[in-house]
Amino acid sequence: MKELNMKKTYKILYTLALLVLPFMAQAQFDGEFIKPRNGKFLLQNATIVTVTNGTIENGSVLIENGKIVRVGTNVPAGDAEVLDCSGHYIYPGMFDGGSRLGLVEVNSLAETQDFAEIGSVSPNMQALVAVNPNSIAIPVTRVSGVTTTLAVPSGGLFPGTAALINLNGYTPDQMYAGFKGVVMNFPSSARRSTWDRRSDEDIKKEADTAQKTLNEIWERASNYHKLKSAGAELQFYPEMDQLAKVISGELPLLVEVNAASDIEAAIDWIKSKEVKAILTGVAEGWRVAEKIAEANLPVVVGPMLSIPTRQSDRFDAAYSNPGKMAKAGVKVVIRTNDAENTRNLPFNAGFAAAYGMGKEEALKSVTIYAAEVFGVADKLGSIEEGKDATLFVSTGDPFETKTQIRHVFIDGYRVPMSNRHIKLYQEFLERSPGLEKN
Amino acid sequence: MKKTHIIYTGLLMMLCFIAQAQTQKGTVLIKNATVLTVTNGTLENTDVLVENGIIKRIGSNLTASNVETIDASGKYLMPGIIDAHSHVALDAVNEATSPITSEVKMADVVNPYDIGIYRALAGGVTISHAMHGSANAIGGENITLKHRYGSGNPENLFMKEAPRTIKFALGENPTRVHGRGNGNQPRTRMGVEAVIRNGFNEAIQYQKAWKAYEDAKKVKGATPIPPKYDTRLQTLADILDGKVIIHCHSYRADEIYALINTCREFGITNIVFSHVNEGFKVAPELAEYTMGASVFADWWAYKFEVYYSTAYNAAILTENGVITSINSDSGELIRHLYHEAGKAQRYGELDDEQTLALITINPAKQLGIADKVGSIEEGKQADLVIFNEHPLSVYAIPQMTFVDGVKYFDINDDNDDMRLKVSAAETVEPIFLKEHDHKCMHGVDFFFTNFGRNLFDHSH
Repeated sequence: MKELNMKKTYKILYTLALLVLPFMAQAQFDGEFIKPRNGKFLLQNATIVTVTNGTIENGSVLIENGKIVRVGTNVPAGDAEVLDCSGHYIYPGMFDGGSRLGLVEVNSLAETQDFAEIGSVSPNMQALVAVNPNSIAIPVTRVSGVTTTLAVPSGGLFPGTAALINLNGYTPDQMYAGFKGVVMNFPSSARRSTWDRRSDEDIKKEADTAQKTLNEIWERASNYHKLKSAGAELQFYPEMDQLAKVISGELPLLVEVNAASDIEAAIDWIKSKEVKAILTGVAEGWRVAEKIAEANLPVVVGPMLSIPTRQSDRFDAAYSNPGKMAKAGVKVVIRTNDAENTRNLPFNAGFAAAYGMGKEEALKSVTIYAAEVFGVADKLGSIEEGKDATLFVSTGDPFETKTQIRHVFIDGYRVPMSNRHIKLYQEFLERSPGLEKN
Repeated sequence: MKKTHIIYTGLLMMLCFIAQAQTQKGTVLIKNATVLTVTNGTLENTDVLVENGIIKRIGSNLTASNVETIDASGKYLMPGIIDAHSHVALDAVNEATSPITSEVKMADVVNPYDIGIYRALAGGVTISHAMHGSANAIGGENITLKHRYGSGNPENLFMKEAPRTIKFALGENPTRVHGRGNGNQPRTRMGVEAVIRNGFNEAIQYQKAWKAYEDAKKVKGATPIPPKYDTRLQTLADILDGKVIIHCHSYRADEIYALINTCREFGITNIVFSHVNEGFKVAPELAEYTMGASVFADWWAYKFEVYYSTAYNAAILTENGVITSINSDSGELIRHLYHEAGKAQRYGELDDEQTLALITINPAKQLGIADKVGSIEEGKQADLVIFNEHPLSVYAIPQMTFVDGVKYFDINDDNDDMRLKVSAAETVEPIFLKEHDHKCMHGVDFFFTNFGRNLFDHSH
């Protein structure tokens, strides 16, 4: 009882402090909206988990013009706004390597689904165009420390072009984080879900047809590319134009593939076409981990929180998949493949860590490895001077559910630690009126 | 001769029934664990002695001869996790043929071979509430299962001591299936309220007819004709008599409030709201008039009626005094309910005991079995889980799971293939890319084709 009262007291004090703080910073009026703001910030006295250069105790990070300008133990504040981070930790922002965040608002409402265009071959569909910067789910996600997500279109053979976005900004261009890749659903011998009632024959027939179509399309795209690079005047053919960018090496191919035999087939296909590829999904990657490592292909795997692909598999097949691939030498990035619950990315990483990957490797997979695989490691993925100030401050290990995230910075913008979920909490924790009016 | 033969056969059948009803009970001594009792705090370096499926003693330096002893030094022992909303081990979920189908019973469709039971055990879940789906305003009777995996007899999974429960459903699902799908009432939340109210009123008429018959019988020499027996109405009458606990699929605050009012009007207090994403908006009412809320940790935005949700739901409800549990409704989530509960610490900072209660004693209260399970107390059934780390840590891995003192999961004895039965028709083992999580609408997919939308995804 005493403990409960203490907790309540803390809560009240904390709420009061929160209420008073804005008044101290600048005069605010009832109902004022707190906006993301940039400036010069010094995050002081934290444990800095740089990911690439070890951990710095009692360290500070100076943020200016959107960049990390100083990382160290004795950084003078100058005219920077100081945030005391004593007892807290600074981590680079986490990546979700595959998500629908921003491409859908309410899953069951077709009017809000912008991730799957009509047609099986539409590589020219740009996910970035459909990203809704004002999606309610974006602030819900970023307060977890997930700052950067790959917006992935789906459906058909070539559903479109995925784009990496940072979770702050009012236009897709302000959010764009510098990576695009053409998505390809490799012909699948697996069932989509436990409700997929196609017969074994139908599944095989569909996969064979898809494989044939894929090869025909690829040949056409190769010819298109050959003719175009030879300087030929070609009829406008947007699909081929986009695929030609993969053939020329301008864009990588994100190959969605899951069943073990399909992964092997995809590896052979990628080799024969000599394209730059990233494997995604890779649910049965652990069965052929050595082969993936040998082919030197990075993978985006997940979600970890899913059932084993086969009833005969051990209960932890999905949890332990990233760890087994990492041990074989595969560079692993983690994804949720979710939309509104992309905030669960750190917990997926936590499960991967617990089931064989280890905490350090799991942290790398959602930070620096992701940045490397998406070709943005010069800007993101670690706490280093010169990189973008995309990071967060937490009370502890961000994979633990108990940990609270205190501050999030994206591109040097301090984003408000609020969203609709938090506002509803503030309104309804102690509803007024309660049970009785008056 | 013939008569004695019948009696003899009858006795034999009864004996068979008794023999079948006897499920295995275990005896085991667990030593030196950090015991998370849930109801009496945390006990360091503590032993728990289980005899014949019952927790006999909790203390230090306990000994017992000829008993399997497990050293749990450095490990955590918690009560078996209870899932108040599940569809694991069910061959069918929805009898979507009428807005009221209180005559059907999930006990008739339990599949003891479902690998989902073993996977739930591997996540520390010992009891699940196998429910009818959400297609109907009033669905069928549910069945509370103990995860005694390994028996081919569905009855061996039934928790016979558990009271009867029934599924109700409000909002988008019943209005989509019946109103928009079939052109029958209900198509709106007005209709759902009316269907339930009319059902209760019909049940009152039914009760009156039986009462009149019973009264008439008392008159000497009278030969009244009994009313026609009706399972559907009888079940509704049993709800009115407080013999059946309602577990109601619901999302929006308005529909929850409306059913609370209806129940109050009919004197029904045995009601638990399930999913109840907007429960936080009517937390004071839920606390005052119901047996609580069973929620998701963080699911939202998969359909319109859950767009205005908050992951702080469990915390708001708990702080308002609502008996709150976290359920799975999914063959995937059921495997890590301890982690789902942990999220209530990210969103609302509940303490460890409040958080563990969400998946143990609180769902036990909602299922009417809190006197038997849900905490580690002497005299309770020995449904227990051993974790390598604190179960609310993301790094926690269940090590052993016991039901009635019998070990059904041991991570060190977890073979590659734990299926009990493989279909003879299966030549190549199918590969499933995902479990269909949202099972509440299972079995009503033929209704979806009417709308030209892909409602397979997130149709829960």
